[in-house]
Amino acid sequence: MQQAIFTKKLSRIYKLRGGKKTEPKELIALKDVDLEVKQGELFGLLGPNGAGKTTLIKILTTLLAPSSGEAWVAGHNLSTDPDRVRPLINMVSGGESSGYGLLTVRENLWMFAQFYGIPSQVANQRIKDLLEVVGLGDRLNTKSSDLSTGLRQKMNIVRGFLTDPEVLFLDEPTLGLDVGASRDVRRFIRSWVDQNEGKTLLLTTHYMVEADELCDRVAIINNGQVLACDTPARLKRDLQKDAIFRMEVSPLNGAGAGVFERLSGVRKVTHEAKDGSSTLEFILAEEDALGAVVNTMTQQDIHILNLQKREPTLEDVFVSLTGKSMAEVEKSGD
Amino acid sequence: MTTKTSAYKHSLIPQNPGWLPRTFRFAAWLGWQIESNWADPFVFAIYSVIKPISSAAILVVMYSVITKGAFENPVFPYIYLGNAFYIYVGAIMAGISWAVIEDREHYRMLKYMYIAPLHYPTYLLGRGVARFLTGSISVFITIAFGVLFLNVPLNIYAADWGLFFVSLGLGVLMLGFMGLLLGSITMVIVNHVWFLGEAVAGALFLFSGAIFPLEVLPAWLRPVGYAMPLTYWLELMRRALIGDVARAFPTLAGFSNMELIGILLATTAVIGLAAFLTYRYCDYRARELGYIDRVTNY
Repeated sequence: MQQAIFTKKLSRIYKLRGGKKTEPKELIALKDVDLEVKQGELFGLLGPNGAGKTTLIKILTTLLAPSSGEAWVAGHNLSTDPDRVRPLINMVSGGESSGYGLLTVRENLWMFAQFYGIPSQVANQRIKDLLEVVGLGDRLNTKSSDLSTGLRQKMNIVRGFLTDPEVLFLDEPTLGLDVGASRDVRRFIRSWVDQNEGKTLLLTTHYMVEADELCDRVAIINNGQVLACDTPARLKRDLQKDAIFRMEVSPLNGAGAGVFERLSGVRKVTHEAKDGSSTLEFILAEEDALGAVVNTMTQQDIHILNLQKREPTLEDVFVSLTGKSMAEVEKSGD
Repeated sequence: MTTKTSAYKHSLIPQNPGWLPRTFRFAAWLGWQIESNWADPFVFAIYSVIKPISSAAILVVMYSVITKGAFENPVFPYIYLGNAFYIYVGAIMAGISWAVIEDREHYRMLKYMYIAPLHYPTYLLGRGVARFLTGSISVFITIAFGVLFLNVPLNIYAADWGLFFVSLGLGVLMLGFMGLLLGSITMVIVNHVWFLGEAVAGALFLFSGAIFPLEVLPAWLRPVGYAMPLTYWLELMRRALIGDVARAFPTLAGFSNMELIGILLATTAVIGLAAFLTYRYCDYRARELGYIDRVTNY
């Protein structure tokens, strides 16, 4: 099968200017990323905010030059042939309210279709059909400035699909959408890939469920590096021999989660304090290790309010790879 | 060992020639929608009349105070027409560079335009069409006001309309190239870029002979004016409309109309080449710096 996206040691370093007297700092946004996305795949890039997902998409869509390395999209080298790549791709970024507010929804979309050389009649029919799919059928002639952020986001999603790209990049497409709208968008994304053989979709998300539910394969990315890349099932399979417990407990009273990490059989612990209680997630090498955990809690005068054993998720895969949950990574800014 | 990436090779001439007319046409359409839709048509009409007349009135009052009302002096039509046609400079040149700022900061669509299969320099030139049209309304109203109420000696039967339209066409092309040059530079500036277009248009006002002959400038500054195509264009536009009166000043009196057209053509070609080369460099730099979609919220 042909590769829709291929990157070879792709890196991107940003030079951040400091104050007048300070030297510019370097921020490594991507480091030696090797990635292969097959034609026809729905591929997910999963990672916390600041992991490098958007930087990678910007490079792959010709918006940003890499500092080093090479990339190919739809068979064309981005360094030498960006003009050949552009007609074959499209991109939608979530969580932003872009669009020409003075134009109606139809005009915004129609104009883009024209830039891609789609005949007016075909464009108008596609616009109508796609707007119906995302529930915007009755907003065809509404000025886009009159749309809510969520509806404008839907309009932008339609813009991405409208041009029928060979490779579509969706950067956090459900960011800012309500639960129902997110579900509709996810369903549409999956059906588009299923119904259009050979079309490739690269999706970035920091929602585990989204990656798990939608993607054929997922690359987990953190600090600009791809840590793992496989199908969601295979990524989780490695953890299935482990026992994963989620505990809601009374506040840790100064005892950090580190006290548990030293226990035999405990592979990873994450901790989140919330509303007068603490939530601990344990990845244990075997279930028997739970006894030592409970004993330690008793010694520390920590009360267990709730205990659940559960199946591994992609979040657990991320924790097992980085030692931290995505929320912890985002909070610490690592 | 990583491979150091060379500059993106970005073709100035698109690989699919069909992109050019398509890009120009729909960029012009978009520009017109933006220019004409921001206000109610009645408000837009009022604005279109009041703005140019107010601008001209400031100049007329200043002239009147300084010369004690010497409207019969050939200096007046020289200044008045220079000022009227200079409206195109702000409209087209600054307008094209403004399109980059608008798309990037306000509509946040620059990145989507940029990755679309369009020829971006042509897109920017297309966005200038609407500015040319709205600018033309202002120029027409300003000149009509001058002829009707201030005795600007324009005789529509005596005007050289052939020269006028040739000069206008060349001038619009030249201003489009200057706009592309400025727009390209705008791509690699993200902070405090809002005033760039107006600042450059304002600075060129001094050196183009728009409101005073170049002889008024210190000798060491005059070459700036002589090097600028704007100077020759404004002279041609004046000559086309008011003929000999425009030749009353020594600046370019030694040049025939054909010579001026030749100089305008040559300087326009130079500006055009410089604009495309600058675009090529700035496009590469903007991608290297990550500025194509940089929003400052300034």
